[in-house]
Amino acid sequence: MATADQPMNPLTGKIEDALVTAGRTYAEINEDVSRPIESFPTVRWWVCFGVAISALFMGAVLLLQTFKEGIGIWGLNRPTGWGTDITTFVFWVGIGHAGTLISAILFLFRQKWRTGINRAAEAMTIFAVMTAGLMVLSHTGRQWLALFWVFPYPNQRQLWTNFRSPLEWDVFAVSTYFTISTIFWYVGLIPDLASVRDRAVNKVRKFVYTVLSLGWRGSNKDWLHYEAAYLIFAGISTPLVLSVHSVVSFDFAVSQLPGWHTTIFPPYFVAGAIFSGFAMVNTLMILGREAFGLKHYITMDHLEKMNKIIMTTGMLVGYAYASEFFIAWYSGSAFERYIFINRAFGPYWWAYWIMVSCNVFIPQLFWFKKMRRSIPVMFVISLYVNIGMYFERYVIIVTSLHRDFVPSSWRFYQPTWVDWGIFVGFAGFFFTFFLLFLRFLPAIAMGEVKGVQDQPKAIGGSHA
Amino acid sequence: MHKPTGPVLGGVIGFFESPDSLLEATRKVRDSQFKHFDCYTPFAVHGLDEAQGLARSKVPYVTGAFAFTGTTCAVLWQYAASKTWWAHLVGGKPFNSLPAFVPIIFELSILFGGIATFFGMAFFNRLPKSKRIYDRSLTNDRFAIVIEPPPSDPHDPEAKVEFSTEQAESYLKSLGAKDTRKVFEEGWFA
Repeated sequence: MATADQPMNPLTGKIEDALVTAGRTYAEINEDVSRPIESFPTVRWWVCFGVAISALFMGAVLLLQTFKEGIGIWGLNRPTGWGTDITTFVFWVGIGHAGTLISAILFLFRQKWRTGINRAAEAMTIFAVMTAGLMVLSHTGRQWLALFWVFPYPNQRQLWTNFRSPLEWDVFAVSTYFTISTIFWYVGLIPDLASVRDRAVNKVRKFVYTVLSLGWRGSNKDWLHYEAAYLIFAGISTPLVLSVHSVVSFDFAVSQLPGWHTTIFPPYFVAGAIFSGFAMVNTLMILGREAFGLKHYITMDHLEKMNKIIMTTGMLVGYAYASEFFIAWYSGSAFERYIFINRAFGPYWWAYWIMVSCNVFIPQLFWFKKMRRSIPVMFVISLYVNIGMYFERYVIIVTSLHRDFVPSSWRFYQPTWVDWGIFVGFAGFFFTFFLLFLRFLPAIAMGEVKGVQDQPKAIGGSHA
Repeated sequence: MHKPTGPVLGGVIGFFESPDSLLEATRKVRDSQFKHFDCYTPFAVHGLDEAQGLARSKVPYVTGAFAFTGTTCAVLWQYAASKTWWAHLVGGKPFNSLPAFVPIIFELSILFGGIATFFGMAFFNRLPKSKRIYDRSLTNDRFAIVIEPPPSDPHDPEAKVEFSTEQAESYLKSLGAKDTRKVFEEGWFA
C-alpha cells in the first residue's frame, strides 16, 4: 500500500516518491512560492540581473551599429549568407520547445510531475521565442522594413508575400507559436496571480495583481470553463510545437542545397529542439531551486526524469547524424557525399566533433542512476548539451554553405566579434526577462501543485 | 454601510478544510432544496463538476468554430493572393499550389482557435470580474460552498424572494462546514 508520502503510480503499480516532498500544506505552498515576489531581491539576484542586463546593453549597442552599418559587419559574405544569426535563431526557437512539451504534451499524458516545472519552462519558451524572433528580424538587413516584407498586408499595389516560401511559413509558425504560448502561459497564471493578490499587503501590488488576475474568484463554475480551455490549449499546442520546428527545418530542407535538402530534417529538428530545451530547463531549474529554496517542488525525481528525456532525445539526434551519413552515401549523389565528408573532416571538423561529443557521447553518462541524480554532473552535462546544440546548428548552416558548387567561390566563414557580441547580447536579453519573471511572477504553478499533491491532513487522504 | 439600498447579499458561505469534505458536502447541497449555489476552491478539484451537477463547458465549440474559420480564411486568402491578386511565377510552381499552403493553413487554424479559446473562456466566466473575492483564503488553502439567494423574478422584480440565511447557515453547518457567515458583493476597488 502506498503511504502518505509515497503515492503509487497507477500505471506501473510502483511506489514513487512524492511530487512535493516534506509534506507541505496548501498554505505553505503559497508561502514558499510567493516569497521571492514579496521580498526584496537577494544580492545573488542583483548580481545575475546586473550581468544579464549589461550583456543586453552590449548587444543593443552592437545591434544599433548593425542597423547603421548593415549586416556586413558580421562575418557574412558569399557564399556563406547565413552564419551565427540563423544559428542563434534556431538555437533559441529550439530551446523554446521544451517548455511547450512540458506544459502541453506532458499534460495530455497526465504526467503529474510536470507541475513543479511547467510555469518556469513555459516562461523560458516565451522568452526564448522572443529572443529568436528578434534575432531573425535583425538579420534582414533593413530591419525597419522587415515587417512589411514578412507580413502579408493589404496594399494598394496588391503585392503579396510568396506563400510558397518556407521563410514565409516560418513567420506564421513562429508568430503563432509565440502568441499561443503566451496566452497559454497567461491562462495558467490567472489563479496564481489571484493567490498573490490575496496575500498582498502592499496597495500597489494588490492593485497590479488584481488587474492581472482579471479579478479571478476561484468559483467552480469558472474552473469548469477554465479547465476546458486549459485542456484545449494543451491539445492545440502539441501539434503546434511539432509544427514549429518542422517549419524551421523546412527553411533548410525545402532548399536544394546538399546537406540541407533531406527528408529527415523535421523529426530530427524536433528531437534536437526538445533535447536542447530540456538541457536549458535543467540548467535554469538547478540554479533556480538552489537560489529560491524550491527544492521541495523541483525535486531530484523531476531532474532525474528530465535527464532521462535528455539522454533519449540525445540518442535520437545521434541516430539522425548517423542516418544523414548513411543516406549521403546511399544516395549516390557526389555533392551530398562530399558535404558530409567535409563536415566531419573538412575545415570545420572541430565544430562537428564538438557537436557529436556534447550531444551523443556525454549524455550517455545518464545510463547510470548515480549520474542522473547528481546535481554537479547533470548541471555540467546540461551546459555541454547547450553548447553541443548550438554547434549542431552552426555545423548544419555553415558547413553546407561555405563550399558551394563552384570551388572558386569557396570561403572559410569566420564570425566577427560583433557576431559573438550579439550572441551574448541575446543571451542577456533572455536572462533579463527570465530573472524579471522570477522576481514578479509565481515561478511554480501553485494551483497545479496543490492539485496533484497528496492532501495534507486530509480526511480520507486520496490522491486528488 | 446602511445606505437605503444596502450591500447586495452574495449568499451564505461555509468553509471546508479539504477537497474531499467539500466534494461530499457539494453532492448533498446539489440534491437539497438550495438550487442556487457555487463552490470556491484554490485549485480545480477533480470531480467537483459532477458533484455540483454542472453541464460540460461550451468552450470547445467556440474553439472549433474559430479554428475552422481560420482554416477557411487561410485557404481562401492564400488562393486569392497567389492565384488572382498577385499571380507570380515562383520556381515553376502552379499559382494554386495547395500543398505549399498547408503550413499556413495549419498555423492560422491554431491561431484563430487559440485566441478564441481565451476569449471564449473569458466570456463564459465573465472575466474580468468586477466583484471582490468572498474570502482571501479561497485562493490559498480553504474550500467553500456559497449558497446564493435565488434570483428575483424578471417579471416581477419587486417580489420578495424566499431565502433564509439562518436556514442556509444551519444547513451548511450540518454538512460539516467549519465556519459559516453571510457574504456580500463588493467591487474590487470599492
